[in-house]
Order: sequence, then C-alpha cells, then structure tokens
Amino acid sequence: MLDLAWLMLALPLLGVFLNLFVTGRMSERGIGWLASAVVGLALLVAVGAFLALLKLPPQQRHIELNVYTWIASGSLSAGFGLLVDQLSIIMALVVTGVGFIIHVYSIGYMHGDPGFRRYFVYLNLFIFSMLILVLANNFLLLFVGWEGVGLCSYLLIGFWYERKSAADAGKKAFIVNRVGDFGFLLAIFLIFALFGSLDFTTVFSKAPQLVQSGVVSGAAITAITLLLFVGATGKSAQLPLYVWLPDAMEGPTPVSALIHAATMVTAGVYMVVRTSALFALAPLSLTVVAGIGLATAFFAATMGLVQTDIKRVLAYSTVSQLGYMFLACGVGAFTAAIFHLMTHAFFKSLLFLGSGSVIHALGGEQDLRRMGGLFSKLRTTGITFWIGALAIAGIFPFAGFFSKDEILWETLQESLFLWAVAAFTAFLTALYMFRLIYLTFHGPSRVSAERAAHIHESPKVMTRPLVVLAVLSILGGFVGLPLIQGGNLFKSFLEPVLARAPLAHGAAAAEAGHAAIGFELFMMIVSLAIAVAGLVMARRFFLQRPELAQRAAEVNAWLYRLLCGKYFVDEAYDLLVVRPVKQLGTILWRGFDVLVIDGIANGAADLIRGASGALRRLQTGYVKSYAVTMVLGAMLLVLYFVMR
Amino acid sequence: MSFTVPLSWYLVLSAIVFSIGVAGVLLRRNALVIFMCIEIMLSGVNLSFIAFSRFLHSMSGQIFFFFVMTVAAAEVAVGLAIILTIFRSRESVDVDEVNLLRG
Amino acid sequence: MTDSGSSLLTIIIFLPLLGVLLLAFLNGERQKGAIRAVALLTTLIDFLLTLRLWTAFDAGSADFQFEELRPWIESLGVTYHLGIDGISLLLVLLTTFMTVLAVLASWTDITKRVKEYMIAMLLLEVGMLGAFCALDLFLFYVFWELMLIPMYLLIGIWGGPRRVYAAIKFFLFTMAGSVLMLVGIIGLYFLAGKNSFDLLDILSLQLTPNLQFWFFLAFFFAFAIKVPVFPFHTWLPDAHVEAPTAGSVILAAILLKMGTYGFLRFSVPLFPLAAQSMAPLISVLALIGILYGALVAMVQRDVKKLVAYSSVSHLGFVMLGMFAFNMQGVQGSLLQMVNHGLSTGALFLIVGMIYERRHTRLISDFGGLWKQVPIFAAFFLVIMLSSIGLPGLNGFVGEFLILVGAFQANRLYAVLATIGVILGAVYMLWMFQRVIFGTITNDANRGLRDLNLREIGILTPIVVLVVWIGVYPATFLRPTDASVRRLVAGYQQAVQGAAPRTSVAPATGADAAWAARVLGEAGEPPPSERPWEMNLAAIGSTAMTSAAPPPMERRMGRDVPGAGPLPAGRR
Repeated sequence: MLDLAWLMLALPLLGVFLNLFVTGRMSERGIGWLASAVVGLALLVAVGAFLALLKLPPQQRHIELNVYTWIASGSLSAGFGLLVDQLSIIMALVVTGVGFIIHVYSIGYMHGDPGFRRYFVYLNLFIFSMLILVLANNFLLLFVGWEGVGLCSYLLIGFWYERKSAADAGKKAFIVNRVGDFGFLLAIFLIFALFGSLDFTTVFSKAPQLVQSGVVSGAAITAITLLLFVGATGKSAQLPLYVWLPDAMEGPTPVSALIHAATMVTAGVYMVVRTSALFALAPLSLTVVAGIGLATAFFAATMGLVQTDIKRVLAYSTVSQLGYMFLACGVGAFTAAIFHLMTHAFFKSLLFLGSGSVIHALGGEQDLRRMGGLFSKLRTTGITFWIGALAIAGIFPFAGFFSKDEILWETLQESLFLWAVAAFTAFLTALYMFRLIYLTFHGPSRVSAERAAHIHESPKVMTRPLVVLAVLSILGGFVGLPLIQGGNLFKSFLEPVLARAPLAHGAAAAEAGHAAIGFELFMMIVSLAIAVAGLVMARRFFLQRPELAQRAAEVNAWLYRLLCGKYFVDEAYDLLVVRPVKQLGTILWRGFDVLVIDGIANGAADLIRGASGALRRLQTGYVKSYAVTMVLGAMLLVLYFVMR
Repeated sequence: MSFTVPLSWYLVLSAIVFSIGVAGVLLRRNALVIFMCIEIMLSGVNLSFIAFSRFLHSMSGQIFFFFVMTVAAAEVAVGLAIILTIFRSRESVDVDEVNLLRG
Repeated sequence: MTDSGSSLLTIIIFLPLLGVLLLAFLNGERQKGAIRAVALLTTLIDFLLTLRLWTAFDAGSADFQFEELRPWIESLGVTYHLGIDGISLLLVLLTTFMTVLAVLASWTDITKRVKEYMIAMLLLEVGMLGAFCALDLFLFYVFWELMLIPMYLLIGIWGGPRRVYAAIKFFLFTMAGSVLMLVGIIGLYFLAGKNSFDLLDILSLQLTPNLQFWFFLAFFFAFAIKVPVFPFHTWLPDAHVEAPTAGSVILAAILLKMGTYGFLRFSVPLFPLAAQSMAPLISVLALIGILYGALVAMVQRDVKKLVAYSSVSHLGFVMLGMFAFNMQGVQGSLLQMVNHGLSTGALFLIVGMIYERRHTRLISDFGGLWKQVPIFAAFFLVIMLSSIGLPGLNGFVGEFLILVGAFQANRLYAVLATIGVILGAVYMLWMFQRVIFGTITNDANRGLRDLNLREIGILTPIVVLVVWIGVYPATFLRPTDASVRRLVAGYQQAVQGAAPRTSVAPATGADAAWAARVLGEAGEPPPSERPWEMNLAAIGSTAMTSAAPPPMERRMGRDVPGAGPLPAGRR
C-alpha cells in the first residue's frame, strides 16, 4: 500500500483533468460527485498507507518514493519525491478526510452556481497541491505545493471574480503570501548553500553534526529557521502578515472551511514541525516563533470579539488558533502543535460549514446583527455548531480541550507569563465563540421579514458532513489519551519523526513535570474553568443583558474603535507600503525613464539637429551665393599663397 | 626681328577676360547669360593655356585647350538642356528663383 | 579544420530565403492567402528541420556540432563557419518555433502589404538563425546587422501611430551599440594576427586583462543595448508598443536573446577576466533592471507597455544568473531565455489578440472579460502565472536556478532579486485583475468574440511547452549541461590563473595598478598611468602575444588539459 502513495496525488490530478477537459456536458451532480470521488479514493489510499505504516516498527515508518529528478543542474538536484512517515500521513489523512467531507458539502452549497465545474477543478487542484506540500521529501517540492495551494487559494478567494472585493482579496492573499515566500525562498537558497542538498533526510541528519563541528554556524541555522518562519507567517496568517486571511472570506464558504481553516493555513505549522530538527538547533528562533504565535493568538482574539460578520469572526478565530499552534512549536511541543492542528481542522471546518449552512438558510446574509433565534429552525446546524464551539473553547470532553490543554500545559513548563497570556486568550476564545453562538442562534430574531419567510434547514448533502465533522470534533481528542504523563498515543506515534531533534528545552521541562501529576490535573481544571468563564460571560453579555455589551463598548470607546478598525493595520500597510511603492513606480517611469534616460538620448539627437540647423543657413539654394563663396574662397587661397 | 608681344600682356588679357566672366556669373541673374559668362571664363583660361604653350614651346597647353573646348561643348549641350527644362517648368530662367536646394 | 560534412545548418538558415523567392513571384494584392500559406509552410518546414537538429544533437558533448567551415572572403580570412552547441541549440529551436507562431499571429492582423511583410519576416528569421549559428565573428556581424533592417521595417511600416519614432529609436540605439562591436571585432582580428575572424582562433588568444577590459566594453554596449540592460532599455517599450503583434513577439522572444546570447557566446569566453571585473557592475545593473522594470511596469496603463517593462525585469534575472558564473546561474539564465521567449512572447500574442478585437490596449478599457471570453481568460491566466514564476510552470525553474546561482555568488544580490519576484506578482496580478476580473463596465466589451481555432492553435503549443518545462525541465536542461559546464570551467580556470588574490577587480581608476601588477608578473614593462595609452601602445607593438614570456595564466592554463574556454588543441 505504501508503494501506492503516489496515487494520493494522481487521483485529484485526474479529477482536475477530467473536469477540465472531459466532463463538459455532464450534469452538475456528476461533476461534483466525480470530484468528490477522487478525493474519497485518495482518502482510502491514505488510510491504507496509514494502516500499512502502523504495521511497521516505529523506527521504520519512513518511506521515500522517488518519482523522478525534477531539476538537476551542477551539484543541485531536486527530485520529485514523496516521503511517507508519521507526520505526513497524519497531514494527508486530515487533508483528504476533511477535503472529502467538504467536497461533498460543496455539491449542495454550490448548487446552481454558473462556475460549478470551475469550482471543483480548483478544489481538486487544491487537494493535489496540498498533498504535494505534505508529502514532499525535499524543500523545493514542498515549495511547489506551497505555491500551488497559494494559487488555488487565489483562484478560490476570487472565485466570484465579478465582485471587486473578491478579486481584491484574492490578489491581496497572493501578494502577501509572496512576501512570506520571499523568506521561504531565501531559506531554501541558504539551506542549499550550507548543506549542498535540499532533501529533508540529508539536511536533518547532517544539521546537528555540522553545527557541532562548527562547519555551519548557529547563526546560520537561526537565519534559516527565521526565514522559514517568515514563509510560515505568510501562509499561516501570523503577525505581521495575517491581513489577507480575514479578507479571504470573500471566497465561497466551503473554501473558507477547507483552505482557510483546516488545511492550507496550517501548512506553516506543518513546515515548522517538519523542520523541527533545524528549529531545535536555534533556540532564538523558537523564542521568536513562540512570541509571534502568542501575540497573534491574542490580538486576533481581541479583533474577533467585535466583528459583526459571521465568517470574519471565524477567520480571526482561525488566526488566533494558528497562533496557538505556533506557540506550541515555539515551546518545543511539536506534537501538541500537530495535535491541535488536527482537532482544529475538525472543529473549525465544522464551524465554517455550519456558518455556510446559516448563510445558505438566510439567502446570503452574513451579518450577525441581522440574525438571532435561528436555533429552532436550523436544528442540525445549531447542534453541530454548538459542538464546534464547545470544542474550540476547550470544554471537556470535546476535541479542543485535549489539544489546547496540552499546549497550555507545555507553555506553563516554559514560562508563566506565556501561560498567563495564552490562558487569557483562551478565555477570549470562549467569549467570542459563544458571542457568535448567542447572536446567531439564540435571543430575539433580527432577521429581516422577507428573509425570515425563507429560512430552511440545508439539504442533507450539506448537513451530513456537519454531523460527521461534529462526531470527529467530539472523538478527535481521544487519540490524545491518556491525558497525563505526557505520553499519549498520538504523541508516541508522532515522536519518532521529531526524535532526531534533541528538543532544547521543551522535552527537558516536560520530564521535570512528570513528578507532579496532581498539578497537571489541577491545571486541566483551571483551563476548563477559564473556558467556562468565557461561556458564562458571553451568555450574560449577549443573551441575558445585551445592554451590558453596549455599555462596555461605550465606556471603552477608543478601544472599541481600535478593535473595530482591526488596529488599522490594513490602513497602515496601505499608507506605508502600497502607496509609496506605486508612487516610486510612477516617479521612476515619468521622472527617470522619460526625463533622464530618454532625455539624454533625445538630447543628443536635439544637439545634432540644432547644430545642423545653424549650418543649414549656409545652404541658401541660390547658385549665385555658392559662386560668390567659391570666388571668395579662391581669392583667399591665392592671397594666402601670395602673402606667404 | 619680329615684334613679340610679351607673355605678361597675354596673361593680363586672360585675367581680364576671366574676371569679366566671373563678374558676369556673380552679377547677372539670367541663366543664359550666366552660362555665356562661364564660357567667357573658359575662354580666358584657354588664352593663358595657348600663351604658355607658345612661350614654353610645349604642345601640352594646346592639347589642354582642345580638352577644354570639347568639355565646354559638352557642357553647352547639357547646360542648355537644363536651362530649357527649367524654362519649361518655370517660364523663367532667373536663377534667383531657383532655390529648391535651400537647406 | 572541422567540417562535419552536414549542411543542415545552412539549409535551416537559408530555407526562409527560398520562401522569399517564392513570395517574389506572387501578386501582393490578389494572392494574399497564398502568400500567407507560403510563409507559414516555409517557417513550419524550418521548424521541423530544427527538430531534426534537436534529435540528432549529442547532449554529452560540449563541442560545436553540425559544423560547417568553408572559405568565404579569402583575402580577409573570413570564413563561412557555422556550428551549434548546447548554448545555441535551444535558442535556434526557440527561433524557428516562435517564427511559425508569429506568422500565424499575423494572419488576419496584417492586411496591407502582406507580401512585403512576410518577406521581412522571413529575412528576419534568416538573420536570427544565422547569428545564433555563426562561429566566425565577421559572419556573426553580418547576420547581426541583417536582423536589424527587417525589424526596422516591421516597426516602421506596419507599426502603430508613433511607429516612425519608435523605429528610428530602435535603429539608432541598436546601431550605436553594434558599431562599437564592429570596432571590437576588427581589433580582435588584427590582434590575433592570424588573418582570421574565426571564433575558435580568437578564443585561443591570450589577452591581457587590460585589453580584455576594453574589448569587453566594445562588445558590452552592443549586447547590453539589445538585452536591454538598464539604463539602455528605453527603446524597448517604444518599440514594443508600436510594433505589430508578431514584431513584438519576435522582438521579445528572440531579438532580446541576441544580447544575452552574445554575452554567453563571446563576452564571457573571450574576455573572462574583464567579465569577472565587470560582473559586480553588470550584476548591479541587472538588479536595478529587475526592480526598476517591475516598479515601472506596475504603473503602466497600456498592457503592452507593461509587458515590455516586465521584459526588462525578466532579462535582469537572465543577466544576473549569467554573471554568477556557476552552473546553476548560467544554466538557469539559459533556460530563462527560453522561458521568457515563451511566456512574454505569449503575452504579446494575447495582447495582440485582444487588440485586434478592440483596437485598444489600455487596461482601463477592459474589465470583466472572463465572463465574455473564458477561453481567452484561461490562456491568459496560465501564461500570466508562468510569467510570475509559479512552480510547476516554466518560469519558476529558470528563476529558481538563477537565484540559487546568484545566491552562491553574492547573497545580497540574490536577496534583492528575490524582491523582484514579489513585485513580479504584484504588477501581473493587478493587471490581470483589472482586465479579466470584475464586471463588464465598458459596453464595447460585450460583443467580444472568444478565441477562434487559429488563435487557440497558436497558444496551445506554448502552454504545452510552459507546462513541460515546468514539470520536466530535464529535456531542456540536459543538452545544455556539457556546454555550460565547459563555459563555467573555462571561466574559472582563466580567473583563478590570472588573479588569485583579486576577487573583485576594479574597473577604472585602480585598474591601472591592478593591470600593472598582473603585467609586471608577466615581465612586461609597467604600463603608463592612463590605460588607454597603454592600450594603444600594446596594440602597436603586439607585444602581448609573442614577444613577452607567457603570462602566469597561460602557463597554468597549459598545464591543465582542456584548459581555457576552448582548447586550441581541438583545431
């Protein structure tokens, strides 16, 4: 089965080609199910590969398939090669699993859209690129997938290209990601320059020795890891490059669920975990990762508090949760990061799909201020949405509790301050999530009259995926059992991939913590209490006494404005980056190109023309004046010879 | 003893004839007249060729004279043709009106 | 003397002349269809012949292949010497390929003076192919100038409203450079003293660093203007905007490559030391070109002008890679020449197609085209993505290799050039959005026809190649391997032999001192303070070749078998 891993890539690609060239006359249903089927088959392959991997002893769970040499020039050789190990198979399972569910959901959601076929072509292409990303066995191929998913994101955000905001958002996503890619590319160059190879296996096995022997300086590793992280901040929407993700909500909602919540945006986390061998050698980078991750988690959560667009709340929540994952990476808890990545994929895609169901029911309405009281009409959506919210808030026994608690626990090992901020962010998470729930599903209905008449639960093709995801959101956390002693199933499965990296501080700290089981249990209760506090406060502010929220906003008017304005980061970028660059372009063109360079060229031409203009006066055209000149010249010559 | 006119007289005459020709070319406007003046200039030159030939006892001066004569004849043929076409197109042979080559 | 006995190159180069001959018998007014068919057939056969060239090419050898060597002007020692190696092979293929498409693209675009147009096109092809194949400097120069005239006519007669200005500008800029090159060629001829313009004879010359510098400069202007290297680029936007579609395509895809090809074929192997000392300057100019071209492209209102400026940016990458002097850099730059030919050529074709329908190229006149012309938009999308270097398409492979090469040579350059990659995405996406996305605001766009079969037929082969190079570049990289390896090795040998302690050789002021040291080592009298005087003196005495004891680099070069860009022994 493991030898067939390439099928995972081939199937979605086949889907792309079929839907692009063959199924032109097929019905909508046929196209949608075809696209879903190829992803479903890829999921089966992934499951097969996973089971095959489980049968192998842990240290042999590392299979590389070299398909062909892609770019070879001099000493550079980058292959098209796949790597199937514990990390990539988990990612592949998440991608194909969530991908398949969302494909099915899309059949209902995109029903009747004129771009139906185009949509599924893009979606299959995305799955293909994402699988390249997670299965690549070298940095360059990872980058190919990285750019590929970026392209699909661009195309899908701008899917409804006739809306200017959608086209703008797509462009913004691509360009901001390019800024991140800038760092990623430089990291690749540096890796090649230092290690002479781009293969993961070679680089990771060489790195510790080279650093120890002093051939590669620690600063160089720090530079590589920081540059990689720059790439990750772009793709995974971290400070300061997170700005594209909220705008990306212009795309169809299933896209937001698949790309901008469950899979693509977690690519940065995956990349950091994949290169954990390098990060482990660069403590400074880990600190930066933790700091940026936590700051992002916090700021995004505060912005999520005041958003009025249902999808934007979820978008900021995604940014915030991604921050958690990076925090986990930063404190050396790479397994916790992947664990949270997985559970997050379940409950966040559930939430997005749920919001899509709400939007679908309301005929396109996305504003929280015009919702409310929908629970009775949208039963399935409401219940599954609740499950998702409980999971993200970290309430036992939902999936988010397990993963988030682990991150908080690992953070506490590292620093009390980091834990305090993370815990407060967890409180904010619960607060904005339940605010969303209460504003959407409970309280008085604020839906406009004509829309209220058409409210209906979504078709089964949409609600069944919700149920599946809800089940996953409940059960997904239990792979992290047993909770305590830091040695759960998930962790021990994943550990061998990271074992080659002697974790600098996280692991040591975790071992020190083993003594106090009681303390660990106590901390679980604390984090549970924090989440519950968020729920209670949200209930009070947004369900029982809405005027309290009003008053809070009025008292802290400037804070409220700051949050609503999203810290005015977009405006600052526009003022500090976008406009100056455009102006520079204009100045260079009008000023330098036209005036200076052409000025010199045309000036030279003008000089010659001017000189000839003066000389042409001599040419009167009259025979007589020529004759006079001749005679005068002859006389002068004679004179000269006579006088000499 | 025969009286011999000194060379200088010939040369002075030649110069006078030549100068008359030059003056005519420079001062007259009629192309035909200018043309004739050029012939006068040639005659002046020819005179000095003959005079030198006589005094130096060399035939080359006379040969040159014949050259000049033939060239002048050819020139007349071409020149008159040009003047004729100019007259046909402009109804005038005034050279001051022919300035198409002005730069 | 090597003559492979094959006349394939001659046939390929001069086959278009046969087409011209046929065209001469056709009536320009009444037989337009036949004229087009003859031109298309000629170029198509020529392309098929070059495919034969490709299949018969021995990728393992760095030598010139399909060589032809015949005396031409014997009193001057001019020979008719042709041959191709891995460096020219791809460009020859690109030339015949793009010419076919260019002829197809002018099918309905050109309606007046079709006969003369096609004749100019075919003559242009003769010039381009000849220049890529010529191994005799004199012959090269003849072909080089031969290209100039048909292109001048294409712009000046079939161009847009300001065509005369653009044509003259193009002509003057290019001419100014090539005249200096002629001086350089003649200088080399006399220096070699072998009564030969043959490239291989001149390669065996051992020039002093100082002479190399001056000769490099003479060739530099010709090639730099053609590339165009910043700041010699201003003829390009004008020429592109005014030229007819096919003219722009040929100009972008092939004529610009003449400059970069010239650097690779002549400047670097002939004057390695000068190339080394000039590399920092040229790299900086290339970098400026990359960023400058991108920034200026961003604010253009005319699509064609935008593409023209993007060419400046892309060719900056090519130059940067070349002057990194390592395998990845040079190979990447070679591949990027082809890539740029394909994607920019295709962009011009696309712009031409929409111009033919709407008679405008202003970005603001479009918008929302996707809905109206989806096939057009899809092709546009793929080509645009290839131009911004998306992995999986051709642009990425070239750009990546160039940047890897540049990074090894100088990290700062590579970092700055990578910024150009970001900017590249900015201007292209922005333009694409304004043209293709949104709703149709301009009513004139409502009746737009989508691409017809001919147009799809033009773009499809390009897209196939774009994907092919992106996914499996080995097909195109492998034939260049051996030649590029020899080029790089030759360069490094020359540089290491000459100045082991000088990494960055100064160009002007300190040059004298540097040259003095090198010359001093060689046992020659120290040069005067002013390099040009020394230069003249050196030419006058021809002391540098025979009289003096061999300079250091020569002795070292001789010890190593296969030293020098092309060993003299093979002749």
